[in-house]
Amino acid sequence: MFKAFYTVVMRDLLLAMRNRSDILTTLFFFIIAISLFPLGVGPELNTLREIAPGVFWVAALLASMLALERLFAIDYADGTLEQMLLTPQPATILVLAKVLAHWLITGVPLVLLSPLLGLQYDLSLEAIQVMMLTLLLGTPSLSLIGAIGAALTLGLRGGGVLVSLLVLPLYIPVLIFGAGAVEATVSGLGGAGHISMLGAIFLLSLVMAPLATVAALRVSAE
Amino acid sequence: MSSNRINWFKYSSPATFYPLAGKLVPWFTAIAVILVVVGLYMGFFVAPTDYKQGEGYRIIFVHVPASWMSMFIYLVMAFWAAMGLVFNTRMSGMMVQSLAPTGAMFTFLALWTGAFWGKPMWGTWWVWDARLTSELILFFLYIGYIALHSSIDDKRRADRATAILVLVGVINIPIIYYSVKWWNTLHQGASVSVKSGSSMASIMLISMLIMALAFWAYTIAISLARVRSIILDRERDTQWVSQLPEIKR
Repeated sequence: MFKAFYTVVMRDLLLAMRNRSDILTTLFFFIIAISLFPLGVGPELNTLREIAPGVFWVAALLASMLALERLFAIDYADGTLEQMLLTPQPATILVLAKVLAHWLITGVPLVLLSPLLGLQYDLSLEAIQVMMLTLLLGTPSLSLIGAIGAALTLGLRGGGVLVSLLVLPLYIPVLIFGAGAVEATVSGLGGAGHISMLGAIFLLSLVMAPLATVAALRVSAE
Repeated sequence: MSSNRINWFKYSSPATFYPLAGKLVPWFTAIAVILVVVGLYMGFFVAPTDYKQGEGYRIIFVHVPASWMSMFIYLVMAFWAAMGLVFNTRMSGMMVQSLAPTGAMFTFLALWTGAFWGKPMWGTWWVWDARLTSELILFFLYIGYIALHSSIDDKRRADRATAILVLVGVINIPIIYYSVKWWNTLHQGASVSVKSGSSMASIMLISMLIMALAFWAYTIAISLARVRSIILDRERDTQWVSQLPEIKR
């Protein structure tokens, strides 16, 4: 079972390394989206510092949503997904492996890049630390919840737009608590409560989301 | 042995449910119309003016029942979605499909009347308060359901795919319901509760409950009428539909 998990993770990572432009597109979308705001709002540092948590989180939300399409689509198109669902290993494990690989490709780069972009917004060191922590806790939940939407819209016309309609409402709690934690830290209230809620959302989606994803995949792939 | 057991699945077939729904629709329509007339009359002319909120509070007679229905319809949809996944009955998916537009309508109505109430009371049309936001998410969930269902051509597949979506979204309902307790924000707490009774005058409470019953009857009538159309649409190639008197004509 662990071997199957490991194999799927390594396979997806290898595929992503062979086709690096996919990773870079998501990453550059994140950078560009964040860089647009100072141009639109104006370069006033006090304003930027205030809107930074929200901007970072919305950009992370959209970036991880854009990357969702590739999660199952290629495997679905060439029939690999069907073979995976037929294997004796539990499908939840395979889905978890795919989500983990997806998060390593699209989520972790965002976390690693956020301090650099945080400096552009003149965030304090403490705020940047909290921001990284919340992104680290929040982006896996985004990948897990998003997998449900990706599985439901597999092979449908207009799938990309539909995914946003299905997934974004479910992302809202992560957004609220993620951005809220940074804001609470900046204003001196302490973000511990928000971070605990993010952890709770992560654990809940870790348990529930793969089940829903597998059910959706079985509907889509038959 | 089998004769004295109730056949729970008798009406789970479209062929038996279609005539039953046809018989029920006029009754529930009549009940809805009568209750709306009585409820609105009592709400607007009989109920006294509120000493704190003035005449503006009267929107409560639409706002609160509409919000109840918006949440309750989603729960009913989730129930039918689960039934459809477990028993694989055809009617369940059709019931979910027929309830969704009404649910979306009531959610929109709750947000709309809430804005009308908020303007004189809070001085603003909209605040990003926990309850308003989660009600807005509920509206998005209804829209997402309708969009997903209409973009899948195979209706049986659409039923099962959307059933999963509805069951995932049901987590939002307790969040809306308890949001005014968990986060102490601008939206006032519940005026009616089972434990402590009501904090309103009884005439207001009665008119509000009448309106709630009216919305119930309306929902039942409209969703049954809609499910009849859905049945005809999906079963149009079957023998029994071609035998119906209204089709034969």
